[in-house]
Amino acid sequence: MLWTKKDLLGLEYLTAGEIELILATAESFKEVSTREIKKVPALRGKTAVNLFYEPSTRTRVSFEVAAKRLSADVINIATETSSVRKGETLIDTGKNIQALKADIIIMRHNCSGAANILARSLDISVVNAGDGWHEHPTQALLDIFTLKEKLGKIKGLNVAIVGDIAHSRVARSNIWGLTKLGAKVTLCAPEMLLPPGIEITGAKTSTNIDEVFQTASLKNYPHRHFEKHGHESFPAQLDYFKRFGITEERLAKAKKGIIVMHPGPINRGIEMSSGVADGESSVILEQVTNGIAIRMAVLFLVNQAREARR
Amino acid sequence: MSILIKNGRVIDPANKIDAVLDVFIQDDKISKVAKNIQIQAEIIIDADRKIVAPGIVDMHVHLREPGREDKETVASATAAAAKSGITTVLAMPNTQPAMDCAENIELLRGIIKRTALVNVLICGTITRERLGKELSDLAALKKSGAIAISDDGSSVDNDKLMLEAFKKAKQAGLLTICHCEDKKLSGKGVINLGFNSTRLGLRGISNASEYQRVSRDIELAQKCGASLHIAHVSCKESVDIIAAAKQRGVQVTCETAPHYFALTEEDIIDYDTNMKINPPLRTKKDAEAIKAGLKNMAIDAIASDHAPHTENEKDIEFDRAEFGKIGLESGLAVSIMELIDKKILNWQELVERLALNPAKILGINKGTLSIGADADIMIVDADKEFVLEKKKIVSKSKNSPFIGRKVKGLVEYTLCSGKIVYKN
Repeated sequence: MLWTKKDLLGLEYLTAGEIELILATAESFKEVSTREIKKVPALRGKTAVNLFYEPSTRTRVSFEVAAKRLSADVINIATETSSVRKGETLIDTGKNIQALKADIIIMRHNCSGAANILARSLDISVVNAGDGWHEHPTQALLDIFTLKEKLGKIKGLNVAIVGDIAHSRVARSNIWGLTKLGAKVTLCAPEMLLPPGIEITGAKTSTNIDEVFQTASLKNYPHRHFEKHGHESFPAQLDYFKRFGITEERLAKAKKGIIVMHPGPINRGIEMSSGVADGESSVILEQVTNGIAIRMAVLFLVNQAREARR
Repeated sequence: MSILIKNGRVIDPANKIDAVLDVFIQDDKISKVAKNIQIQAEIIIDADRKIVAPGIVDMHVHLREPGREDKETVASATAAAAKSGITTVLAMPNTQPAMDCAENIELLRGIIKRTALVNVLICGTITRERLGKELSDLAALKKSGAIAISDDGSSVDNDKLMLEAFKKAKQAGLLTICHCEDKKLSGKGVINLGFNSTRLGLRGISNASEYQRVSRDIELAQKCGASLHIAHVSCKESVDIIAAAKQRGVQVTCETAPHYFALTEEDIIDYDTNMKINPPLRTKKDAEAIKAGLKNMAIDAIASDHAPHTENEKDIEFDRAEFGKIGLESGLAVSIMELIDKKILNWQELVERLALNPAKILGINKGTLSIGADADIMIVDADKEFVLEKKKIVSKSKNSPFIGRKVKGLVEYTLCSGKIVYKN
């Protein structure tokens, strides 16, 4: 398997083989973070630019750490203080960064498809760090990586994704990635938070979390974006917690060995109880650690593919 | 001035003609249509193996002038029309200022008189500034030369006001053209609601936001016996509702646009903002219903909904890009590919949808080659294949979703009022 894409825009665009290649590459990079000197020269002399149009701490820092462990130079652009505020278009901003001879743009944007638009307008690499409700491929990759590490395989696993599926890019990327690798995905959410036609991806849907937990090996929990949407169209938060919140009681009745994941930040008491978040089923902090390896792998592969084009 | 068009395949649905004939034009009128006309003419055009048909009447065009001359002007749009066999356009009123009073219509009439290459008819607004609050002075619009009214781009939400509009339009002798969209339902949607909006993570626009408003407008027009025309029909339910209303005897007509039968939501790959259109590209099932409606006359007309936008307004994030696409220069060729080649319509039927029916709806002496009709004619090499290229677009804006597409049917000549306004 050879990686040929200069960009990583979403898992919908990848084959199972390409996803597995990223996972395998991440596995070999994971060891770097355990060394005394946590650095390899794979991207020495390369420049990666974090271009974040939405506030994000964990993803941005994770990418920065990953790039630095590959010896790349990292520049962070906060759009609130840049010429973006003065009305510069996305493509113009991208072209200016390209003119600085940067090699990779890592972009977070609130509009779906922003990374696709930037990638097709530039010769340098674009890595999607989350675009609107569309995709957040590295988050799903690190989820899948963690899952595989914990349970040994993906094929045939029952995976429940609980929460606001309709407005979640993490859910979409996970659905594409997991179904491509042969997992059985069940989306568990109130009716109004399930987007139309989602079953075409091969995922099943359910509104009964207890039923889903009978068989699921894992629950992946995308954000519920309470802060982003009008509360009136959502079930009251407490009511949501009663119906869909992950509690110790629910887990006790679930399939043995179930693991709980979350991309963070967690809404404690709404999405899950603190007991679950900090409990032994939770692999939330391991996800964070694995995020570094996945992002190192992605940066390495897209850079290699872009250089091979010259 | 006299022109003789020799040996073309003459298509004239008004007179049920599809035969190799000559057409003789004296001054600005059709003078004679017959086999092998022997007559002296100043210009003779050899139309051997070409289609000779009435010029297209495109009843839905955004000229953008006055106000947004950076997008399009009367001169550039009518040049694009002439190149494409279109001899009459109906100018939509959402200009800046909007066509909501006699003074503004006078202004546009002046521009048309100075710069238009083909016939431009004027549509006034239903409400002042298209705000849906207060009716325009419809009698004054009529008097100053508007032939129809529309708040295109918006629908009048207030039922009482819309009913009043139908009544006043009927009194004034104006056709009411309805943009059917309930914005409470379509909201911030940017593409069709369904799997594709889910896949792309974009907000969806339901069919209901269109067809519920189609139902309402038909009901209101029926109440006062006014005639109405539904613009840019995109979904199956709208076609069904309009077909049923026609059966009941309501004076309703409607149009669709080529993109609604040539494209579907599945063509919106990689966030191509030239595919961001309102109403949105729908599903295959809807596109099939549009084609069936065109065949069985539930849909009367094909119009372009030509909506020019600059690259600054299109080459940006999908959510932020303007709605709309240009269509003057692709409509005929795309229709030939999708409707003639795929045997949905024959040539007489296509010319009827493109020229005769819109002329009838607007009540103008066009869309036919009858003796005495206005000499508006297109001559088309129907078998000529070509690629729609961005650099060949005459329109000021280049926002076509068909760029790069191989199509068929090249316009060789366009005559408007007996004058050659385009020659390939």
